[in-house]
Amino acid sequence: MDSILKPRTAIETRDAIAWAAAEDTPLEIVGQGSKRDLGRPVQTAHILDLSDLAGVDVYEPAELVLTLKAGTPLSEVEKLVADQGQELSFEPMDYGPLLGREAGRGTIGGAFATNLSGPRRIKAGAFRDHVLGLEAVSGRGEIFNSGGRVVKNVTGYDLPRALCGSWGTLGVALSMTIKVNPRPEATATFVLEGLSEEQGVEALCKAMGSSAEVSGAAHLPRGLEGGPSQTLIRLEGFGTSVDYRFKTLESLLSSYGKPGRLDTDASGTTWLAIRDVLPFSGRTTPVWRVSVAPAASPAFVRKLRESMDIDVILDWSGGLVWLSCEDGLSHDTQIRRALSETGGGHATLVRADGATRVSVPVFEPQPSPLAALSRRLKDQFDPKGVLNPGRMVAGV
Amino acid sequence: MTAIAMPKPDEAVLARRMEIVKALQAIVPGEGVIHDETEMRPYETDALTAYRQMPLIVVLPETVEQVSRIMKYCHENDVKVVPRGAGTSLSGGALPLADGVLVSMMKFNRVLDIDFANRAVVVQPGVTNLGITRAVEHEGFYYAPDPSSQIACSIGGNIAENSGGVHCLKYGLTTNNVLGLEMVLMTGEVIRLGGKHLDSEGYDLLGLMTGSEGLLGVVTEVTVRILQKPETARALLVGFPTSEDGGRCVADIIGAGIIPGGMEMMDKLAIHAAEDFVHADYPLDVEALLIIELDGPEAEVDYLIGRVEEIAKANKASHIRISESEEERMTFWAGRKAAFPAVGRISPDYLCMDGTIPRRELPKVLAGMRELSEKHGLQVANVFHAGDGNLHPLILYDANQPGQLDAAEAFGADILRLCVEVGGVLTGEHGVGIEKRDLMPEMFTEDDLKQQQRVKCAFDEKHLLNPGKVFPVLHRCAELGKMHVHKGQLPFPDIPRF
Repeated sequence: MDSILKPRTAIETRDAIAWAAAEDTPLEIVGQGSKRDLGRPVQTAHILDLSDLAGVDVYEPAELVLTLKAGTPLSEVEKLVADQGQELSFEPMDYGPLLGREAGRGTIGGAFATNLSGPRRIKAGAFRDHVLGLEAVSGRGEIFNSGGRVVKNVTGYDLPRALCGSWGTLGVALSMTIKVNPRPEATATFVLEGLSEEQGVEALCKAMGSSAEVSGAAHLPRGLEGGPSQTLIRLEGFGTSVDYRFKTLESLLSSYGKPGRLDTDASGTTWLAIRDVLPFSGRTTPVWRVSVAPAASPAFVRKLRESMDIDVILDWSGGLVWLSCEDGLSHDTQIRRALSETGGGHATLVRADGATRVSVPVFEPQPSPLAALSRRLKDQFDPKGVLNPGRMVAGV
Repeated sequence: MTAIAMPKPDEAVLARRMEIVKALQAIVPGEGVIHDETEMRPYETDALTAYRQMPLIVVLPETVEQVSRIMKYCHENDVKVVPRGAGTSLSGGALPLADGVLVSMMKFNRVLDIDFANRAVVVQPGVTNLGITRAVEHEGFYYAPDPSSQIACSIGGNIAENSGGVHCLKYGLTTNNVLGLEMVLMTGEVIRLGGKHLDSEGYDLLGLMTGSEGLLGVVTEVTVRILQKPETARALLVGFPTSEDGGRCVADIIGAGIIPGGMEMMDKLAIHAAEDFVHADYPLDVEALLIIELDGPEAEVDYLIGRVEEIAKANKASHIRISESEEERMTFWAGRKAAFPAVGRISPDYLCMDGTIPRRELPKVLAGMRELSEKHGLQVANVFHAGDGNLHPLILYDANQPGQLDAAEAFGADILRLCVEVGGVLTGEHGVGIEKRDLMPEMFTEDDLKQQQRVKCAFDEKHLLNPGKVFPVLHRCAELGKMHVHKGQLPFPDIPRF
C-alpha cells in the first residue's frame, strides 16, 4: 500500500475518486477502519479515509431528523441524540467486542454502508429504514443527492436505501439525513428460563404476534452467562404501558412458566450483550450471522447439529441466528445447505481470518440472474471498479 | 389534453400491431389479449383522469411464465410495456402509451400463504391492500399501510408507489412493511428478493424496487409483514384559532415523545366542506382542526389522551373533544375521510397535490399558499398528514372553463416549488409519474437525475418499461454510461496523505 488519502471536504473526496477512476487505481474506503475485519478484505494501493469528513450539519429534535457528515463517529451521534431524549431506534450493533477489538468505534458512514441494526430490528427496522437522504460520490467521481429531509418522500428512486448496506461499493457517502426517535421512557424485560429452542422460539413468536409491541425477542440456549436457557422479551414505552403489557405477556405465555422481570438497568445491560453478541466474544471461533424466517430457526439449528458442534444465540424472535462453529473450518457449504433445506434465508461469515474471508463466499451467493443484475448496478455506479473492489463478491 | 408530452410513438411498432396481437395471443390464450377499442377504453387512464391515452394492446396474463414470455417477446421486438395494477395511481403511473402493451396484473388475485407464526403473508400483486387485512383479520392481524384507496388499490401498485396512508407516521410506509418480492425484468428473467427473513444478502434491491413506479420490473409476488391490531384506539378532535397554533401543537406532541397512530389537519375550507357533506359536528369557527388518534394498549392510550389534551390546551386550542366510544371516534374520522368527495361537491373539479415539508415550515407554507391562491385566482382546500408534514392541497377548478385546468396545474407546480424551497419534496406518497415529471429538476440536479437513470439502465437498458414517467429527459444508456476522465496528477496536492 502506498498512501492514505484523507479528504477534508466533499469536493476533495470527489476529486480523489475522480482521480482514482482516471488512473484506474482502486480505493479502499474507510472511516475509522473498525469494520476492516468484516466482509471480504480489499487490497488496494490507496486508502480513502473519510474520518476527517465529520460533523453534524443540522439536528432538529422537533423534526426528528439529523443531517451529518459520513465520518462522524457513531458514539458522538448516539450521545448527541441521547442528550435530547432521543435515540437511533435501529440500535446499531458494535462489532468491536465480537471481533476482539475495542468497543465504541466506527462512524455513521460505516454503520450506513453495512446497514447496521440491533435487537429492535423486528420493531423499528434497520439503518435502511431510517435513512431519508443521501449525498454521495459515485465511482464516476460525480456527487449526487437522493432522497430528502422528510420521512414521507417518493420523489425518484430510493437510492439512500439502495446504497445502505452496499459496503461502499456503489458510492461513497458524504453526508446523510437520518430519522431519530424519542427514547422510550421505560423498559422492562420478561424472562423465561429453561425452555428448549423450539419452546423458546414458539413463545417469542407468540409474543411478536400479540399486541404487546415487543421491541426485543431473543433466546439464549445457555443463558447470558452459561446457565439454563433464557428466553427474553423486551417491552419499551411509557411506564404504565410497559407494566400493562408485561401483564398481557404473563397471561399469554403462562404455560411456559413463571417469568422473571429485568427493569431498566439490568434490561439495558442484557440487550446490549445480545446486540453485540458478547457471549461469543473473547474467542476466535468462526461466527456466522444467519437471517431466516423466525419460526424456522429451531429446525435450521437442529439440522446443523446433526453434523456440527455449534453454539447459537437466537435474536429477532428466532429470525437472526448467531452461530459459533468449531474452530478451524469455515463450514460454509454445510450451513448454506441446511439453510436452503429449512426454508431459506442468507448466511454471512462475520468472524474469520482474512485468508478465510478471501476463499469462502462471505455473503450468501446469489442465483445468476440476480448476481448479474447486481453486477450491472455496480457497473452503473462504478464502471471502473475503483470503490472497494471485491468487498462483497470476488471480482466485483 | 395538457402540456405534459409523452414520448413520440414508434411508427414501426404501430404498423406491426396485429403481428404483436398474434404473438401475445400465442402466449396468453383465450380472452387475455384485448385489442378491440371499446374493450380497451377502461384502460385509457388511471386516477389522474385529466390524462388519457389508448394503449396499443392490453394483455392480462395469469401466470408468471406468461408475464416472463410477454416481457421477453417485447424486449426482443422493441415493444414498450406499461404495467398496471388497479389503476388508482394519482400521478399517472399507469397511463398507457400509444405504442405500448399495457400489462394488467389484476388476474394475479390470490392470497398464496398466510403464516401467522412468522407474521408474513404471501400474495399475488393484484390482491387489494385491504384484501390482505381481510385475509388475516379473523386472527386479529392487519396490514398496516393504509392508503385512502385501500379498498381498490393493489399491493403490486403499492410496491410501485411506496404507498403510505394515515397510519404510516407510526407504522411506516410500504417499504418498511415488505419482506419479499418476485419480479420479472424487461428481459423476461424472473428474480426473487427477500422472503420471510429480514435484510438482503447483497444490494437492497427490495428497497430500490419499492417506489420505482413500474420502471424497473413487473412484480409477480409480494411477501408482507402483518401486525396484531392495536388493542384499542381513541381520538381527539381539536380546533385552533390559527393554523400556527395547530402547527405548534403537532410539534409539541412529537417533541413530547408521543407518536400518534394518526395525526391529520384540515384547514377552514376543508372543515366547512366536510361538515356540510357528512355532518361530523366539526367546529366551524376555527382556522385549523386536528384529529389525533392514539392507539395501543388501553392503559397507554388513556394516559396519552391526557397528555395530548394538556399539550392542546397549552397551544390555545379552542375546542377539544375526546372520543368516548368507537362510534364517536369513527365520526371524528368521517369528515376527514370524506374530505376529497366533500371538496368535489363544492367544485366541479379539483387537483390533489402531494408535497411534503418539514413540520415547522407549515405556517410559512400555508401563508405562501394563500398568496398563490390569489395569484392564480383559484381556491385551495388543505388536508394533510400533519405528523409527517405531507400536504394534500386540493386546488378547486372547473375543467369546462377555458384555461382553468392550466391555471390549476400552474398553481400546483408553484405549491410544489414552495415545498422544495422550504426543504421539502415534490411528492410524499402519490409518486412522480407524469404529473410531477417535469418538476424533477426543481429538486434534483442533472447529475442527480442521471445517476437515477443509470439505475434504470441496469434494469432496462432499452428503456422499454414504462418510459415517459418520472424522468423529464430520457437519455440513452450508452450516453449515460460514458465517463469523462481527465488523467493527471492528483488534483488536490494539499490533501493530507500519509
